[in-house]
Amino acid sequence: MHNTCQTKSRFCDRVRLLGLDFAGHPDFVHLYLEPPSWDYTPGQFVMLRPEIWVQDPIWPRPFSICEKTPEYMRIFVQVVGRGTSLLSSAVPDSEINMWGPLGRGFRLSLDKRYLILAGGMGIAPFVGLCKEHPYPGKLSLIFGHRMDRSCYPFDELPGEMQRQSMRQTNQEDMEHFGRVLQEQIARFAFKGEILACGPMPFLQVVHKHVLETGAPAQLSVETRMACGVGACLGCVVETRSQGLVQSCVQGPVFDAGELVL
Amino acid sequence: MNTSVDLGGLRLKNPIMSASGTFGYGLEFAPYGDLQKLGAIVVKGLSLQPRSGNPPPRITETPCGMLNAIGLQNVGVEKFLREKLPFLPADKTPVIANLYAQGAGEFAELAAILGDEPKVSALEINISCPNVRCGGVQFGQDPEAAAFVTRQVRRACPDKPLIIKLSPNVMDIRVIARSVQEAGADIISLINTLGGMAVDIHSRKPRLANTVGGLSGPAVKPVALKMVYEVCGVVDIPVIGLGGICSARDALEFIMVGAHAVQIGTANFMRPDLIFDLVDELPVLLAELGVESLEKFRGSLETA
Repeated sequence: MHNTCQTKSRFCDRVRLLGLDFAGHPDFVHLYLEPPSWDYTPGQFVMLRPEIWVQDPIWPRPFSICEKTPEYMRIFVQVVGRGTSLLSSAVPDSEINMWGPLGRGFRLSLDKRYLILAGGMGIAPFVGLCKEHPYPGKLSLIFGHRMDRSCYPFDELPGEMQRQSMRQTNQEDMEHFGRVLQEQIARFAFKGEILACGPMPFLQVVHKHVLETGAPAQLSVETRMACGVGACLGCVVETRSQGLVQSCVQGPVFDAGELVL
Repeated sequence: MNTSVDLGGLRLKNPIMSASGTFGYGLEFAPYGDLQKLGAIVVKGLSLQPRSGNPPPRITETPCGMLNAIGLQNVGVEKFLREKLPFLPADKTPVIANLYAQGAGEFAELAAILGDEPKVSALEINISCPNVRCGGVQFGQDPEAAAFVTRQVRRACPDKPLIIKLSPNVMDIRVIARSVQEAGADIISLINTLGGMAVDIHSRKPRLANTVGGLSGPAVKPVALKMVYEVCGVVDIPVIGLGGICSARDALEFIMVGAHAVQIGTANFMRPDLIFDLVDELPVLLAELGVESLEKFRGSLETA
Protein backbone atom coordinates (compact mmCIF):
# COMPACT_ATOMS: atom_id res chain seq x y z
CA MET A 1 0.00 0.00 0.00
CA HIS A 2 1.11 3.50 -0.75
CA ASN A 3 0.65 5.16 2.60
CA THR A 4 1.23 8.89 2.28
CA CYS A 5 1.63 10.47 5.69
CA GLN A 6 1.44 14.06 4.56
CA THR A 7 0.91 15.74 1.24
CA LYS A 8 2.44 19.16 0.91
CA SER A 9 5.46 20.07 -1.15
CA ARG A 10 7.35 17.01 0.04
CA PHE A 11 6.34 13.64 1.31
CA CYS A 12 7.20 11.03 3.84
CA ASP A 13 6.03 7.74 2.42
CA ARG A 14 6.16 4.22 3.73
CA VAL A 15 7.03 2.34 0.57
CA ARG A 16 7.39 -1.33 -0.17
CA LEU A 17 10.71 -2.80 -1.23
CA LEU A 18 9.87 -4.47 -4.53
CA GLY A 19 13.18 -6.25 -4.90
CA LEU A 20 16.97 -6.19 -4.75
CA ASP A 21 19.40 -6.77 -7.55
CA PHE A 22 23.03 -7.46 -6.75
CA ALA A 23 25.30 -6.14 -9.46
CA GLY A 24 27.78 -8.98 -9.71
CA HIS A 25 29.17 -8.31 -6.22
CA PRO A 26 27.63 -8.64 -2.76
CA ASP A 27 28.62 -5.06 -1.87
CA PHE A 28 26.76 -3.41 -4.76
CA VAL A 29 23.00 -3.58 -4.80
CA HIS A 30 20.13 -1.89 -6.59
CA LEU A 31 17.07 -1.40 -4.42
CA TYR A 32 13.78 -1.27 -6.29
CA LEU A 33 11.11 0.56 -4.33
CA GLU A 34 7.47 1.26 -4.91
CA PRO A 35 7.53 4.49 -6.96
CA PRO A 36 6.50 7.66 -5.12
CA SER A 37 3.91 10.04 -6.55
CA TRP A 38 6.35 12.93 -6.91
CA ASP A 39 8.77 13.78 -9.67
CA TYR A 40 12.42 14.71 -9.15
CA THR A 41 15.38 16.49 -10.66
CA PRO A 42 18.53 14.40 -11.19
CA GLY A 43 20.92 15.13 -8.33
CA GLN A 44 18.15 15.24 -5.74
CA PHE A 45 18.14 12.55 -3.08
CA VAL A 46 15.92 10.63 -0.67
CA MET A 47 16.34 9.51 2.92
CA LEU A 48 15.63 5.82 3.54
CA ARG A 49 14.96 4.16 6.88
CA PRO A 50 13.45 0.69 7.01
CA GLU A 51 10.60 0.43 9.50
CA ILE A 52 12.30 -2.62 11.02
CA TRP A 53 15.24 -0.54 12.29
CA VAL A 54 13.00 0.70 15.15
CA GLN A 55 15.61 2.47 17.33
CA ASP A 56 18.86 1.27 15.82
CA PRO A 57 20.48 2.45 13.61
CA ILE A 58 19.00 5.75 14.61
CA TRP A 59 19.60 7.68 11.39
CA PRO A 60 18.03 7.22 8.01
CA ARG A 61 20.52 7.05 5.13
CA PRO A 62 20.72 9.51 2.22
CA PHE A 63 20.86 8.21 -1.37
CA SER A 64 20.85 9.87 -4.76
CA ILE A 65 17.81 9.01 -6.81
CA CYS A 66 19.27 6.69 -9.43
CA GLU A 67 16.22 6.27 -11.62
CA LYS A 68 12.45 6.51 -11.44
CA THR A 69 10.01 4.83 -13.77
CA PRO A 70 6.25 4.24 -13.51
CA GLU A 71 7.09 0.79 -12.11
CA TYR A 72 9.78 1.56 -9.57
CA MET A 73 12.16 3.94 -7.91
CA ARG A 74 15.70 2.67 -8.02
CA ILE A 75 18.43 3.39 -5.49
CA PHE A 76 22.01 2.25 -6.04
CA VAL A 77 23.78 1.28 -2.83
CA GLN A 78 27.33 0.28 -2.00
CA VAL A 79 27.79 -1.47 1.32
CA VAL A 80 30.19 0.72 3.29
CA GLY A 81 28.93 0.38 6.86
CA ARG A 82 26.21 -0.87 9.10
CA GLY A 83 23.28 1.02 7.57
CA THR A 84 24.06 0.07 3.99
CA SER A 85 24.78 -3.50 5.07
CA LEU A 86 21.34 -3.75 6.69
CA LEU A 87 19.73 -2.21 3.62
CA SER A 88 21.46 -4.72 1.35
CA SER A 89 19.91 -7.53 3.38
CA ALA A 90 16.44 -5.98 3.51
CA VAL A 91 13.65 -8.41 2.73
CA PRO A 92 11.48 -7.89 -0.37
CA ASP A 93 8.01 -6.63 0.59
CA SER A 94 9.38 -5.01 3.75
CA GLU A 95 8.45 -1.40 4.41
CA ILE A 96 10.87 1.47 4.15
CA ASN A 97 10.21 5.03 5.24
CA MET A 98 11.28 7.29 2.42
CA TRP A 99 11.19 11.07 2.21
CA GLY A 100 12.06 13.27 -0.70
CA PRO A 101 12.81 14.55 -3.21
CA LEU A 102 15.37 16.45 -1.16
CA GLY A 103 17.88 19.18 -1.91
CA ARG A 104 18.77 20.94 -5.11
CA GLY A 105 19.51 18.81 -8.16
CA PHE A 106 21.44 19.66 -11.30
CA ARG A 107 20.17 22.64 -13.28
CA LEU A 108 19.87 21.25 -16.79
CA SER A 109 18.99 22.61 -20.15
CA LEU A 110 18.15 20.21 -22.96
CA ASP A 111 20.03 22.09 -25.67
CA LYS A 112 23.29 22.22 -23.76
CA ARG A 113 26.20 19.81 -23.98
CA TYR A 114 27.37 18.23 -20.75
CA LEU A 115 30.58 16.55 -19.73
CA ILE A 116 29.69 14.23 -16.86
CA LEU A 117 32.46 13.23 -14.48
CA ALA A 118 31.54 10.41 -12.13
CA GLY A 119 33.68 8.73 -9.50
CA GLY A 120 32.52 5.33 -8.25
CA MET A 121 29.10 5.57 -6.61
CA GLY A 122 28.94 9.10 -8.01
CA ILE A 123 27.48 7.53 -11.14
CA ALA A 124 24.14 7.00 -9.34
CA PRO A 125 22.46 10.39 -9.99
CA PHE A 126 23.45 10.29 -13.66
CA VAL A 127 21.70 7.03 -14.53
CA GLY A 128 18.22 8.53 -14.74
CA LEU A 129 19.59 11.75 -16.21
CA CYS A 130 21.30 9.96 -19.12
CA LYS A 131 18.58 7.38 -19.76
CA GLU A 132 15.80 9.96 -19.81
CA HIS A 133 17.65 12.63 -21.78
CA PRO A 134 15.98 13.10 -25.19
CA TYR A 135 19.34 13.79 -26.87
CA PRO A 136 21.90 11.54 -25.16
CA GLY A 137 24.35 12.43 -27.93
CA LYS A 138 24.85 15.73 -26.13
CA LEU A 139 26.21 13.90 -23.09
CA SER A 140 29.76 12.65 -22.53
CA LEU A 141 30.76 10.63 -19.50
CA ILE A 142 34.10 9.89 -17.92
CA PHE A 143 33.69 7.30 -15.23
CA GLY A 144 36.42 6.38 -12.75
CA HIS A 145 35.95 3.33 -10.56
CA ARG A 146 37.86 1.09 -8.16
CA MET A 147 35.90 -2.13 -8.44
CA ASP A 148 35.12 -4.04 -11.64
CA ARG A 149 32.99 -2.01 -14.04
CA SER A 150 30.22 -4.62 -13.86
CA CYS A 151 29.52 -3.49 -10.28
CA TYR A 152 28.24 -0.15 -11.54
CA PRO A 153 25.31 0.86 -13.78
CA PHE A 154 27.60 1.89 -16.65
CA ASP A 155 26.86 -0.47 -19.50
CA GLU A 156 23.14 0.28 -19.41
CA LEU A 157 23.68 3.95 -20.28
CA PRO A 158 22.60 5.05 -23.78
CA GLY A 159 24.94 4.00 -26.58
CA GLU A 160 24.65 7.41 -28.27
CA MET A 161 26.61 8.92 -25.41
CA GLN A 162 30.36 9.22 -25.52
CA ARG A 163 31.39 7.02 -22.63
CA GLN A 164 34.79 6.31 -21.19
CA SER A 165 35.47 4.23 -18.12
CA MET A 166 38.76 3.93 -16.27
CA ARG A 167 39.54 1.65 -13.37
CA GLN A 168 41.84 2.76 -10.56
CA THR A 169 43.32 0.10 -8.33
CA ASN A 170 46.48 1.86 -7.14
CA GLN A 171 48.04 5.26 -6.63
CA GLU A 172 49.52 5.29 -10.13
CA ASP A 173 46.08 4.71 -11.67
CA MET A 174 44.67 7.51 -9.52
CA GLU A 175 47.32 9.93 -10.71
CA HIS A 176 46.72 8.94 -14.31
CA PHE A 177 42.98 9.41 -13.85
CA GLY A 178 43.67 12.85 -12.37
CA ARG A 179 45.64 13.80 -15.50
CA VAL A 180 42.85 12.55 -17.77
CA LEU A 181 40.33 14.61 -15.82
CA GLN A 182 42.55 17.66 -16.12
CA GLU A 183 42.96 17.20 -19.91
CA GLN A 184 39.29 16.53 -20.54
CA ILE A 185 38.14 19.45 -18.42
CA ALA A 186 40.54 21.77 -20.29
CA ARG A 187 39.45 20.41 -23.67
CA PHE A 188 35.73 20.65 -22.92
CA ALA A 189 35.89 23.85 -20.84
CA PHE A 190 33.41 26.18 -22.55
CA LYS A 191 31.65 23.80 -24.95
CA GLY A 192 28.91 23.31 -22.39
CA GLU A 193 28.82 22.56 -18.72
CA ILE A 194 30.52 20.02 -16.47
CA LEU A 195 28.54 17.93 -13.99
CA ALA A 196 30.39 15.92 -11.36
CA CYS A 197 29.61 13.58 -8.51
CA GLY A 198 31.86 11.28 -6.53
CA PRO A 199 33.89 10.92 -3.35
CA MET A 200 35.55 14.00 -1.90
CA PRO A 201 39.13 13.34 -3.16
CA PHE A 202 37.71 12.98 -6.69
CA LEU A 203 35.61 16.12 -6.36
CA GLN A 204 38.63 18.02 -5.07
CA VAL A 205 40.57 17.14 -8.24
CA VAL A 206 37.63 18.10 -10.47
CA HIS A 207 37.09 21.29 -8.48
CA LYS A 208 40.72 22.33 -8.81
CA HIS A 209 40.75 21.90 -12.57
CA VAL A 210 37.40 23.54 -13.28
CA LEU A 211 38.46 26.56 -11.24
CA GLU A 212 41.79 26.70 -13.12
CA THR A 213 40.07 26.65 -16.50
CA GLY A 214 37.05 28.68 -15.44
CA ALA A 215 34.78 26.02 -16.94
CA PRO A 216 31.18 26.20 -15.72
CA ALA A 217 30.54 23.21 -13.48
CA GLN A 218 28.04 21.85 -11.00
CA LEU A 219 29.35 19.49 -8.32
CA SER A 220 27.29 17.17 -6.15
CA VAL A 221 28.84 16.62 -2.73
CA GLU A 222 28.44 13.65 -0.41
CA THR A 223 28.22 14.39 3.31
CA ARG A 224 27.13 12.69 6.51
CA MET A 225 23.50 13.49 7.26
CA ALA A 226 21.16 12.71 10.13
CA CYS A 227 17.90 14.22 8.88
CA GLY A 228 18.09 15.34 5.25
CA VAL A 229 15.67 18.21 5.86
CA GLY A 230 17.90 20.98 7.18
CA ALA A 231 17.51 20.42 10.91
CA CYS A 232 20.49 18.46 12.23
CA LEU A 233 23.14 20.83 10.81
CA GLY A 234 25.48 17.88 10.44
CA CYS A 235 25.98 18.02 6.66
CA VAL A 236 27.53 21.44 6.29
CA VAL A 237 30.03 22.31 3.56
CA GLU A 238 31.97 25.50 3.20
CA THR A 239 30.85 28.01 0.58
CA ARG A 240 32.41 31.26 -0.59
CA SER A 241 29.39 33.50 -0.14
CA GLN A 242 27.68 32.04 2.92
CA GLY A 243 30.29 30.13 4.93
CA LEU A 244 29.08 26.78 6.24
CA VAL A 245 25.76 25.76 4.69
CA GLN A 246 23.68 22.58 4.89
CA SER A 247 24.29 20.44 1.83
CA CYS A 248 20.90 18.75 2.29
CA VAL A 249 18.90 21.88 1.49
CA GLN A 250 21.34 24.24 -0.25
CA GLY A 251 22.98 21.32 -2.09
CA PRO A 252 23.90 18.59 -2.64
CA VAL A 253 24.55 20.18 -6.07
CA PHE A 254 26.54 23.41 -5.95
CA ASP A 255 28.16 25.62 -8.55
CA ALA A 256 31.85 24.78 -8.45
CA GLY A 257 32.82 28.41 -7.91
CA GLU A 258 30.70 28.57 -4.78
CA LEU A 259 32.31 25.59 -3.05
CA VAL A 260 35.41 25.60 -0.87
CA LEU A 261 36.63 21.99 -0.90
CA MET B 1 -9.32 12.99 25.32
CA ASN B 2 -8.16 16.36 26.51
CA THR B 3 -4.38 16.26 26.76
CA SER B 4 -3.82 19.97 27.30
CA VAL B 5 -1.36 21.00 29.97
CA ASP B 6 -0.65 24.19 31.88
CA LEU B 7 3.01 24.86 32.45
CA GLY B 8 2.73 27.78 34.82
CA GLY B 9 1.30 30.35 32.43
CA LEU B 10 2.22 28.46 29.30
CA ARG B 11 -0.82 26.59 28.07
CA LEU B 12 -0.22 23.74 25.61
CA LYS B 13 -2.91 21.86 23.69
CA ASN B 14 -0.90 18.69 24.19
CA PRO B 15 2.35 17.83 25.97
CA ILE B 16 4.37 17.11 22.80
CA MET B 17 6.98 19.76 22.02
CA SER B 18 9.97 19.75 19.71
CA ALA B 19 13.41 19.85 21.32
CA SER B 20 15.73 22.68 20.44
CA GLY B 21 18.43 21.84 17.92
CA THR B 22 16.56 18.94 16.36
CA PHE B 23 13.68 20.76 14.71
CA GLY B 24 15.41 23.65 12.92
CA TYR B 25 13.26 26.75 13.05
CA GLY B 26 10.15 24.59 12.74
CA LEU B 27 9.65 25.51 9.09
CA GLU B 28 11.91 22.67 7.93
CA PHE B 29 9.24 20.23 9.13
CA ALA B 30 6.20 22.04 7.72
CA PRO B 31 6.20 19.88 4.55
CA TYR B 32 5.80 16.75 6.68
CA GLY B 33 3.03 17.69 9.07
CA ASP B 34 0.85 20.40 10.52
CA LEU B 35 2.95 22.49 12.91
CA GLN B 36 -0.28 23.65 14.57
CA LYS B 37 -0.81 20.13 15.91
CA LEU B 38 2.20 20.35 18.21
CA GLY B 39 2.01 21.36 21.85
CA ALA B 40 4.80 23.85 21.24
CA ILE B 41 7.61 24.52 18.80
CA VAL B 42 11.02 25.02 20.41
CA VAL B 43 13.40 26.45 17.84
CA LYS B 44 17.14 26.06 17.38
CA GLY B 45 19.25 27.88 19.99
CA LEU B 46 19.57 31.57 19.15
CA SER B 47 22.44 33.89 19.93
CA LEU B 48 22.73 37.67 19.60
CA GLN B 49 24.99 37.34 16.56
CA PRO B 50 24.86 34.59 13.91
CA ARG B 51 27.19 31.66 14.65
CA SER B 52 28.76 29.36 12.08
CA GLY B 53 29.32 26.51 14.55
CA ASN B 54 32.08 23.93 14.68
CA PRO B 55 33.93 22.46 11.68
CA PRO B 56 32.64 19.12 10.28
CA PRO B 57 32.40 16.25 10.98
CA ARG B 58 29.92 17.40 13.59
CA ILE B 59 27.76 14.32 13.99
CA THR B 60 28.36 10.60 14.32
CA GLU B 61 26.04 7.68 14.87
CA THR B 62 26.38 5.52 18.00
CA PRO B 63 24.40 2.48 19.19
CA CYS B 64 20.78 3.64 19.63
CA GLY B 65 21.90 7.23 19.48
CA MET B 66 24.21 9.85 18.10
CA LEU B 67 26.86 12.32 19.11
CA ASN B 68 26.79 15.91 17.98
CA ALA B 69 29.11 18.85 18.27
CA ILE B 70 27.32 21.40 16.10
CA GLY B 71 28.50 24.34 18.19
CA LEU B 72 25.21 26.22 18.12
CA GLN B 73 25.21 27.25 14.48
CA ASN B 74 22.30 29.66 14.11
CA VAL B 75 21.12 32.64 12.08
CA GLY B 76 21.20 35.04 15.03
CA VAL B 77 18.22 36.59 16.78
CA GLU B 78 17.70 39.42 14.29
CA LYS B 79 17.36 37.18 11.25
CA PHE B 80 15.19 34.77 13.25
CA LEU B 81 12.74 37.54 14.09
CA ARG B 82 12.75 38.86 10.52
CA GLU B 83 12.86 35.72 8.38
CA LYS B 84 11.68 32.74 10.45
CA LEU B 85 9.26 33.75 13.20
CA PRO B 86 6.72 35.51 10.92
CA PHE B 87 6.15 32.21 9.08
CA LEU B 88 5.49 30.11 12.19
CA PRO B 89 1.87 29.59 13.32
CA ALA B 90 2.53 31.34 16.63
CA ASP B 91 -1.14 32.24 17.16
CA LYS B 92 -2.06 28.54 17.06
CA THR B 93 0.92 26.87 18.72
CA PRO B 94 3.31 28.49 21.20
CA VAL B 95 6.73 29.23 19.75
CA ILE B 96 9.49 28.95 22.33
CA ALA B 97 12.83 30.60 21.71
CA ASN B 98 15.90 28.78 22.97
CA LEU B 99 18.66 31.16 24.00
CA TYR B 100 22.40 30.76 24.05
CA ALA B 101 24.87 33.40 25.20
CA GLN B 102 28.45 33.57 26.41
CA GLY B 103 27.73 35.52 29.59
CA ALA B 104 24.91 36.53 31.91
CA GLY B 105 24.83 40.05 30.43
CA GLU B 106 24.48 38.72 26.92
CA PHE B 107 21.77 36.30 28.07
CA ALA B 108 19.88 39.26 29.54
CA GLU B 109 20.25 41.31 26.36
CA LEU B 110 18.96 38.43 24.25
CA ALA B 111 16.10 37.76 26.70
CA ALA B 112 15.05 41.41 26.54
CA ILE B 113 14.89 41.30 22.73
CA LEU B 114 12.90 38.05 22.62
CA GLY B 115 10.81 39.06 25.64
CA ASP B 116 9.47 42.00 23.63
CA GLU B 117 8.35 39.79 20.76
CA PRO B 118 4.63 38.97 21.00
CA LYS B 119 4.94 35.87 18.80
CA VAL B 120 7.39 34.26 21.25
CA SER B 121 5.44 32.56 24.04
CA ALA B 122 8.28 31.54 26.34
CA LEU B 123 12.04 31.51 26.64
CA GLU B 124 14.14 28.42 27.17
CA ILE B 125 17.61 29.19 28.49
CA ASN B 126 20.33 26.83 27.39
CA ILE B 127 22.81 26.66 30.24
CA SER B 128 23.78 23.17 29.23
CA CYS B 129 25.37 23.06 25.77
CA PRO B 130 28.51 20.91 25.95
CA ASN B 131 29.82 21.95 22.52
CA VAL B 132 30.85 25.56 22.94
CA ARG B 133 33.91 26.98 24.70
CA CYS B 134 32.27 29.79 26.63
CA GLY B 135 28.93 29.89 28.37
CA GLY B 136 26.79 26.84 27.86
CA VAL B 137 27.39 24.10 30.32
CA GLN B 138 29.72 26.11 32.59
CA PHE B 139 26.59 27.93 33.83
CA GLY B 140 24.70 24.71 34.15
CA GLN B 141 27.23 22.89 36.32
CA ASP B 142 27.40 25.38 39.17
CA PRO B 143 24.23 26.08 41.18
CA GLU B 144 25.32 29.66 41.91
CA ALA B 145 26.11 30.46 38.28
CA ALA B 146 22.86 28.82 37.13
CA ALA B 147 20.90 30.91 39.62
CA PHE B 148 22.74 34.07 38.59
CA VAL B 149 21.88 33.60 34.89
CA THR B 150 18.29 32.76 35.80
CA ARG B 151 17.94 35.97 37.84
CA GLN B 152 19.49 38.10 35.10
CA VAL B 153 17.18 36.68 32.45
CA ARG B 154 14.17 36.92 34.78
CA ARG B 155 14.89 40.60 35.30
CA ALA B 156 15.38 41.25 31.57
CA CYS B 157 12.20 39.41 30.65
CA PRO B 158 9.72 39.56 33.54
CA ASP B 159 6.60 38.80 31.50
CA LYS B 160 7.21 35.54 29.70
CA PRO B 161 7.44 32.05 31.13
CA LEU B 162 11.07 31.18 31.68
CA ILE B 163 12.30 27.64 31.09
CA ILE B 164 15.78 26.68 32.27
CA LYS B 165 17.25 23.73 30.39
CA LEU B 166 19.54 21.64 32.56
CA SER B 167 22.62 19.59 31.80
CA PRO B 168 22.91 15.98 32.94
CA ASN B 169 26.69 16.42 33.22
CA VAL B 170 26.55 17.37 36.90
CA MET B 171 27.15 15.79 40.31
CA ASP B 172 23.57 16.17 41.51
CA ILE B 173 20.98 17.62 39.18
CA ARG B 174 18.54 18.20 42.06
CA VAL B 175 20.82 20.89 43.48
CA ILE B 176 20.86 22.81 40.18
CA ALA B 177 17.10 22.37 39.75
CA ARG B 178 16.32 23.78 43.19
CA SER B 179 18.74 26.61 42.63
CA VAL B 180 17.12 27.81 39.38
CA GLN B 181 13.65 27.42 40.88
CA GLU B 182 14.60 29.70 43.75
CA ALA B 183 16.13 32.16 41.29
CA GLY B 184 12.82 32.56 39.48
CA ALA B 185 12.56 29.86 36.82
CA ASP B 186 8.94 29.03 35.90
CA ILE B 187 9.70 25.70 34.26
CA ILE B 188 12.65 23.31 34.07
CA SER B 189 13.51 21.21 31.04
CA LEU B 190 15.95 18.31 31.13
CA ILE B 191 18.10 16.66 29.95
CA ASN B 192 20.43 18.24 27.42
CA THR B 193 22.95 15.83 25.88
CA LEU B 194 25.35 13.69 27.88
CA GLY B 195 29.04 14.30 27.23
CA GLY B 196 30.36 11.58 24.94
CA MET B 197 33.05 10.59 22.49
CA ALA B 198 33.68 8.23 19.58
CA VAL B 199 37.03 7.38 17.99
CA ASP B 200 38.29 5.46 14.97
CA ILE B 201 41.07 2.94 15.64
CA HIS B 202 42.08 2.88 11.96
CA SER B 203 42.61 6.59 11.42
CA ARG B 204 43.37 7.10 15.14
CA LYS B 205 41.22 10.17 15.02
CA PRO B 206 38.11 11.25 16.89
CA ARG B 207 34.93 10.84 14.89
CA LEU B 208 33.99 14.46 15.61
CA ALA B 209 36.23 17.37 14.62
CA ASN B 210 35.48 18.82 18.06
CA THR B 211 36.86 15.52 19.57
CA VAL B 212 34.01 15.31 22.09
CA GLY B 213 30.29 15.96 21.77
CA GLY B 214 26.87 15.38 23.25
CA LEU B 215 25.10 12.00 23.23
CA SER B 216 21.39 11.85 22.48
CA GLY B 217 18.76 9.38 21.33
CA PRO B 218 17.20 6.28 22.91
CA ALA B 219 20.58 5.38 24.44
CA VAL B 220 20.22 8.21 26.99
CA LYS B 221 16.57 7.61 27.88
CA PRO B 222 17.13 5.69 31.14
CA VAL B 223 19.49 8.41 32.36
CA ALA B 224 17.02 11.13 31.41
CA LEU B 225 14.13 9.33 33.04
CA LYS B 226 16.01 9.00 36.32
CA MET B 227 16.99 12.65 36.34
CA VAL B 228 13.47 13.82 35.51
CA TYR B 229 12.18 11.59 38.30
CA GLU B 230 14.71 13.07 40.73
CA VAL B 231 14.04 16.67 39.77
CA CYS B 232 10.25 16.23 39.92
CA GLY B 233 10.73 15.08 43.50
CA VAL B 234 12.42 18.28 44.63
CA VAL B 235 10.82 21.18 42.71
CA ASP B 236 7.30 22.63 42.70
CA ILE B 237 7.46 24.06 39.19
CA PRO B 238 6.50 22.12 36.04
CA VAL B 239 9.16 19.92 34.46
CA ILE B 240 9.58 19.15 30.77
CA GLY B 241 11.23 15.77 30.20
CA LEU B 242 13.40 14.94 27.24
CA GLY B 243 16.06 12.46 26.29
CA GLY B 244 15.55 9.68 23.77
CA ILE B 245 11.78 9.87 23.48
CA CYS B 246 10.70 8.10 20.27
CA SER B 247 7.14 6.96 20.94
CA ALA B 248 3.95 7.78 22.82
CA ARG B 249 4.94 5.10 25.32
CA ASP B 250 8.26 6.82 25.98
CA ALA B 251 6.44 10.13 26.44
CA LEU B 252 4.08 8.60 28.98
CA GLU B 253 7.00 7.13 30.92
CA PHE B 254 8.34 10.65 31.50
CA ILE B 255 4.89 11.94 32.42
CA MET B 256 4.38 9.03 34.81
CA VAL B 257 7.55 9.95 36.71
CA GLY B 258 6.27 13.50 37.05
CA ALA B 259 6.90 15.53 33.87
CA HIS B 260 4.18 17.90 32.68
CA ALA B 261 5.32 17.81 29.07
CA VAL B 262 7.98 16.23 26.88
CA GLN B 263 10.25 17.28 24.07
CA ILE B 264 11.04 15.17 21.03
CA GLY B 265 14.62 15.53 19.87
CA THR B 266 16.77 13.03 18.02
CA ALA B 267 13.65 11.09 17.00
CA ASN B 268 12.86 13.93 14.59
CA PHE B 269 15.80 12.70 12.54
CA MET B 270 14.47 9.14 12.41
CA ARG B 271 11.42 10.29 10.47
CA PRO B 272 10.37 13.91 9.86
CA ASP B 273 6.69 13.20 10.55
CA LEU B 274 7.28 11.14 13.70
CA ILE B 275 6.50 14.03 16.08
CA PHE B 276 3.15 14.66 14.36
CA ASP B 277 2.22 10.98 14.69
CA LEU B 278 3.06 11.08 18.41
CA VAL B 279 0.45 13.79 18.95
CA ASP B 280 -2.17 11.42 17.52
CA GLU B 281 -0.87 8.33 19.29
CA LEU B 282 -0.71 9.77 22.79
CA PRO B 283 -4.48 10.00 23.50
CA VAL B 284 -5.00 6.58 21.91
CA LEU B 285 -2.45 5.03 24.25
CA LEU B 286 -3.93 6.84 27.26
CA ALA B 287 -7.34 5.45 26.36
CA GLU B 288 -5.88 1.95 25.98
CA LEU B 289 -4.44 2.28 29.48
CA GLY B 290 -7.84 3.31 30.77
CA VAL B 291 -6.48 6.63 31.97
CA GLU B 292 -9.10 9.34 32.51
CA SER B 293 -6.83 12.32 32.11
CA LEU B 294 -3.23 13.22 31.61
CA GLU B 295 -3.39 15.13 34.89
CA LYS B 296 -4.27 11.93 36.77
CA PHE B 297 -1.60 9.93 35.04
CA ARG B 298 1.15 12.44 35.81
CA GLY B 299 3.40 11.36 38.65
CA SER B 300 1.42 8.13 39.09
CA LEU B 301 4.53 5.95 39.36
CA GLU B 302 4.12 3.50 42.21
CA THR B 303 7.34 2.79 44.06
CA ALA B 304 7.42 0.17 46.77
